[in-house]
Amino acid sequence: MKGELKELKLTVNGKSYEFKVKPKTLLVELLRNELKLTGAKIGCLDSACGACTVNIDGKAVRSCSILALQANGREVITIEGVADGYKLHPIQEAMVEHGAIECGFCTPGMVMSARALLGENPAPSQEEIKEAIQGNLCADEGYVKYIEAIEIAAKKMRGGN
Amino acid sequence: MIADFEYFAPKTVDEALSLLSKYKEEAKIIAGGQSMLVVMKRGLLSIEHLIDIKGIEALDYIKYDEKEGLRIGALTMHRAIEKSPVIQKHFGVLSEMERNLATIQTRNWGTIGGNLCHGDPAGDPAPVFIALNAKLKLASLGKERVIEMEEFSQDYLEVALEPDEMLIEIQVPTPPSHTGTACDKLMVMKGDMGVVGAAVSITLSPGDGICKDARIALSNCASTPLRAREAEKKLIGKVVNDSLLVEVGEVASTEATPPVDVHGSAEYRQEMVKVLVRRAATKALERAKAA
Repeated sequence: MKGELKELKLTVNGKSYEFKVKPKTLLVELLRNELKLTGAKIGCLDSACGACTVNIDGKAVRSCSILALQANGREVITIEGVADGYKLHPIQEAMVEHGAIECGFCTPGMVMSARALLGENPAPSQEEIKEAIQGNLCADEGYVKYIEAIEIAAKKMRGGN
Repeated sequence: MIADFEYFAPKTVDEALSLLSKYKEEAKIIAGGQSMLVVMKRGLLSIEHLIDIKGIEALDYIKYDEKEGLRIGALTMHRAIEKSPVIQKHFGVLSEMERNLATIQTRNWGTIGGNLCHGDPAGDPAPVFIALNAKLKLASLGKERVIEMEEFSQDYLEVALEPDEMLIEIQVPTPPSHTGTACDKLMVMKGDMGVVGAAVSITLSPGDGICKDARIALSNCASTPLRAREAEKKLIGKVVNDSLLVEVGEVASTEATPPVDVHGSAEYRQEMVKVLVRRAATKALERAKAA
């Protein structure tokens, strides 16, 4: 039947959830409306701005362009699951310290793209960083500081200063 | 907004094909959905039964064998093709094409088969597969057939799938010796759909450097990916040099009937076809000489 609710099991920020959702529900809608995790932003809802970026199984994806049911059985991390309690993730820390924040709307997406990048490539080149956040638009053009902050975070995570 | 639909998530190809044979025209397949959800959100696609095949793991593979060539499962992610060592080594043009296909976020979820079945003439993979002389394996319940990539695109967002059929695999033959392939596209911003794009494959006859075979395909130049056959004829049988490649670009441009939108007039696009065909052909030629 059209619109019939379907069961969905997934892990979000380390916690297991079970839902019954309308099949047309987008992942970003589930995160924001059901779980009240509003860090993933709805910017364009059209796969253009990257503000809704989350990590699924460690990879950066756009939660506005995935049906919630397609994340069934997978592990989702949102910006709310990046810090360790009150201890910021090195990427967040570097962005705060380096002033890599403008109005803040694109920042969660930037962090999630950077987190996925550093997860698979601990020592990215500047080009690789640019490529990783290419899909995250910053309306304030704050790209340079973001790139530098990600470089700083990568260095810190590798054990440098 | 997206209208309601009934949702199925088969785990095997047979399950998916059974659903297709049951619902036919009323069913629609979704893979990564990176193109399709955009269309659904605009209300341009109303679906009774949505068959989500993203979870069919058996169609996520890249296999290579020198004799058989390359086999890519329809549900292989763009990012996997981009990063595949075997593709980088033997079909580098595919990896290069992927690097400019949208963004990492899209490549991490979107599938190669979904892209081809979406049938957008501005898509990047189809022209490259046409230049590589690729074939597609399609299946319906109890039946399989193989068609040329070139025959697959029928019209704007329309492909040669029967209502009960789905794409299973892309088959890319090992190119003849002394073949080089390259692609290029004009982008407003890196990762954008090409304003226009070109993929060129050139095969040289060893020794005399004469072009034995050529395949040229254009994106966003017609209602389907466009094979520029007249431009190919201009190359075949000749010793290829820079001035010939300029002419080849000019001929390809006369074959193009590009769309008009905010990114460019038809005239501008036709001018750019000249440039992009020449650039891709120059790179393909260098590669053919080095092969």
